[in-house]
Amino acid sequence: MLRKLVDIFTSLKLTIVCLAAAMALIFAGTLAQVHLGIHEAQQRYFQSMFVWWPPDGRGFQIPIFPGGHLIGAVLLINLIAAHLKRFRWSWRKLGIHLTHAGLIIMLAGGLFTDLFAVESHMQLANGDAKNYSEDMRQTELAVIDTSGDDLDQVTAIPDTVLRHNRVIDHFSLPFRIAVRNFYQNSRLKTLNQAGEGARPIANQGPGAMIAVEPVMRATAVDERDVPSAAIEILPKDGGSLGTWLVSDALGAPQTFACGGRTWMITLRPSRYYKPYSVTLQKFTHEKYAGTEIPKDFSSKVSLIDPERSVNRDVLIYMNHPLRYRGETFYQAGFQKDDSATILQVVHNPSFIAPYVACVIVAAGLLVQFGFHLVGFSRQRRRASA
Amino acid sequence: MKRFLPWIILVVAAACIAANWLPPKTAKDDFDLSRFGEIPVLVGGRIKPLDTVGRNSLLIIHGKQELRLEGGKRLSAMQWLTDVLFNAPVADQYPVFVVQNAEVLGLFGWQQSDRKYFSFAEFAPFLKQIDEQAAQSDKLEGVQRSAYQSAILNLRNGLSLYQRLKNSIQPEGAENFTAELQSFASSVPGAATAARQRAMGENFDKANLDDVAQMIQRYERLSDMAYVLAAPPLEPNGEWHSVGDSLLRSVALGEIHPIVTEYAVIGDAYRANDRTLFNQHVQLVTDWFAKERPNTMKRAWFEFLINRLQPFSQSMTLYVLAFLLACASWLRSSNLLRRSAFYVLLLALAIHTFGLFSRMYLQERPPVTNLYSSAIFIGWGAVIVALILERIFKDGIGAACAGAIGFVTLIIAHHLAGSGDTLEMLQAVLDTNIWLATHVVAITTGYSAMFLAGMLAIIYVVRGVFTRSLKKQTADSLARMTYGVICFATLFSFVGTVLGGIWADQSWGRFWGWDPKENGAVLIVLWCAITLHARWGGFIRQRGLMIMALFGNIVTSFSWFGVNMLGVGLHSYGFMQKAFPWLVGFMISQLALMAVAAMPLEKWRSFAPARVPSRGEQPQIPAPLPAGQAPT
Repeated sequence: MLRKLVDIFTSLKLTIVCLAAAMALIFAGTLAQVHLGIHEAQQRYFQSMFVWWPPDGRGFQIPIFPGGHLIGAVLLINLIAAHLKRFRWSWRKLGIHLTHAGLIIMLAGGLFTDLFAVESHMQLANGDAKNYSEDMRQTELAVIDTSGDDLDQVTAIPDTVLRHNRVIDHFSLPFRIAVRNFYQNSRLKTLNQAGEGARPIANQGPGAMIAVEPVMRATAVDERDVPSAAIEILPKDGGSLGTWLVSDALGAPQTFACGGRTWMITLRPSRYYKPYSVTLQKFTHEKYAGTEIPKDFSSKVSLIDPERSVNRDVLIYMNHPLRYRGETFYQAGFQKDDSATILQVVHNPSFIAPYVACVIVAAGLLVQFGFHLVGFSRQRRRASA
Repeated sequence: MKRFLPWIILVVAAACIAANWLPPKTAKDDFDLSRFGEIPVLVGGRIKPLDTVGRNSLLIIHGKQELRLEGGKRLSAMQWLTDVLFNAPVADQYPVFVVQNAEVLGLFGWQQSDRKYFSFAEFAPFLKQIDEQAAQSDKLEGVQRSAYQSAILNLRNGLSLYQRLKNSIQPEGAENFTAELQSFASSVPGAATAARQRAMGENFDKANLDDVAQMIQRYERLSDMAYVLAAPPLEPNGEWHSVGDSLLRSVALGEIHPIVTEYAVIGDAYRANDRTLFNQHVQLVTDWFAKERPNTMKRAWFEFLINRLQPFSQSMTLYVLAFLLACASWLRSSNLLRRSAFYVLLLALAIHTFGLFSRMYLQERPPVTNLYSSAIFIGWGAVIVALILERIFKDGIGAACAGAIGFVTLIIAHHLAGSGDTLEMLQAVLDTNIWLATHVVAITTGYSAMFLAGMLAIIYVVRGVFTRSLKKQTADSLARMTYGVICFATLFSFVGTVLGGIWADQSWGRFWGWDPKENGAVLIVLWCAITLHARWGGFIRQRGLMIMALFGNIVTSFSWFGVNMLGVGLHSYGFMQKAFPWLVGFMISQLALMAVAAMPLEKWRSFAPARVPSRGEQPQIPAPLPAGQAPT
């Protein structure tokens, strides 16, 4: 039995089956991007163990195809197992060994990146200073205790929790939060814009005059969902303070008093705080003369890190990111009227893997095919002699 | 005598090309439009000769680089452009705008007939309507537009380009622009004084101010409309301006740009049919550029030359000739014909190379910057590899492949050029020569090799099934070639794909983003890997290799074109609805060939019925089987 299993996992047939399955998956996943958008398709097809059908149903789902993680893992096991079993050193096989060693590094690196890399955005208008970046997809409900003298106490509840419309009870808060309605993507309209029959979902703050319309989830690369929710504040000593509308589309946080303290509440993109701050000095956007084709973007920022006694100016531009304390800042975009720059902030501990892998595999392929070519031309010379 | 045949064919072909390249004769007393076409201007962020502006504009509006009038008279792009710039009432009557969509025609109450070209004068009453309709479809993404919506948008864009061209060098309908500029120049100082007096609250001459104010409004409109920036900077590192813009600036400078004045004289001379004056002043402008901006002039002249030589269409013809010669050499087993094909291919490749390098010189970029140049480069790479194969195997197969792929890729490039300037400026993201030179070139070289392998397989199947000419030796060497080319493709596709990932990591911190173009590239790598492993594992033999190489054509064409048609992601430059049926047709043809190749060998004319092959006798590839990957 074990022997049979080993045979399967070391067989070349399994390699080919995996490669073919990967092709089918990638093809389907690419086509799916037309309707789902890159992010959603990526999650369903590539960053999953299985592709499920029907895709949207909450209830009964069956796996119809292995997902990217499963295929990648099987391929990785197959590669390693086959080499453990058959590995015998010889110069003639140097190319094959190098190629496959490189591939192992690449696959493992890819898996690592999937698990540990974090991508976020930092949007800065001229003169803005920030010590946090914001997630591009996830939002959080931030409940801020502003009664401290120097520091605010922030309790952040991720949207994955809000989504289930539950009552949230956290030890640091003197109240419970009941999520009444949660919209993954929404448009806000004032009541008279929304027309007859529109009802607000909240009775406190500006939300009492706003109607919320659910809309389809955003699929384009540069669009993000506008989540909204109605939340009711239930003091732990009983009663209700009312229902508030929180939404990514509402700007300033809303305040209320509870338990003798003042609280601010807001639904905003999830934040990643950093031990240093970045200030935008100047954003530059050049176009080719007489056209709208962008020629160059660049952001001049100051990097201030009291911990490491760093205070310097950095120019971030296309293909020239800033790498600092394990994070990399890229010039990713800008607001439509050039009022603000958007930096992409990436934390990826295994970013070096593909570089190493590429060199090793390329060397391996060169050696391998070089052997073929030399052998072939010797053969021809002998044939013609 | 007979052994000189290859040389004779080569000399005749070269002579034909040379004859095409002789400069066209202009009668001494005719308008020297060639020289006029050399004058550099700035359009789309790039300095180019007027000739290029004329050709590209006509290509966008009309779909061709030449205009045929009723009665068979032909207008070159420069003749058309000169009329548009200086003599709009005449140009308005030329049937240049292509409309084939019946619904668009119906909008104007016209019935569809054989006519597909219409003049600006015919659309003039409907401009507002067209604009409204187009504005509606402009709100949609390319993929969502219906045929009608795309057609009306195209028409609007063509009309708008045309109107901007008409207002590029002078206001449309100007009669005596030279005199107008003179009066403008003379009244500017007076107006300046009047304006100062008014500001100080003194008495001023209102008429002085009103005159100039009117002119300034006129030139502001001109400046808004201009498509061409024709006034070069007067100091080095300065900026180019449109004629309208330059006139507005002349109020502050106190003098009119010398080139703007020259253009006015040239335009007036053209309308007055004064050929001597026209030629004289065109000469003055080119002399000015040669003296003040020698580099700009040299490049513009070179681009003008390339426009006239059309290296890619010349080599296209030669590729066809070579392909036919190579096929003929199989039928007659003639080594002379094969050598002729080889020589003609060398000539074609030389011209192709000249065109490719000229583009690189003009653009100051690595060879591949857009879809058009990728087609040029894929053809070039495949032809070189195929010629190396021909040099080694000397059996006409490499030559036939080179001819066929060279021709087909250049035809594809020709059709991709319809969107206008093929030397367009690059978006900021792409603006790094290192990555363009490595990632893009490696990927496209991989495409070349994949198509070459596919072409070899096509030859194997077609010759094997439909003719008796596929001898065992030929079959073996075809298999060896295909195998080698797939190895080559694997190397380049893999390196190219990973380099793309590294570029992405450098520019936005994401090695792999599952962008459709990235996925297309990795599909090729995976397919190569499957093919090679199946071969090494003994799961496929000669015929299987060929069938897989045929499928490689499908994978590669999907990666090259198919993903762009999805209209998602970062690489979706240029959505091409028109190419879709061709792509599908190509894929179906490859599937059909695969089905044919899968027929039992007894049905192959080359293998049956003279000797009935048992499976063991099937031609084998003696390709090295790496130990440890033994057949299962």
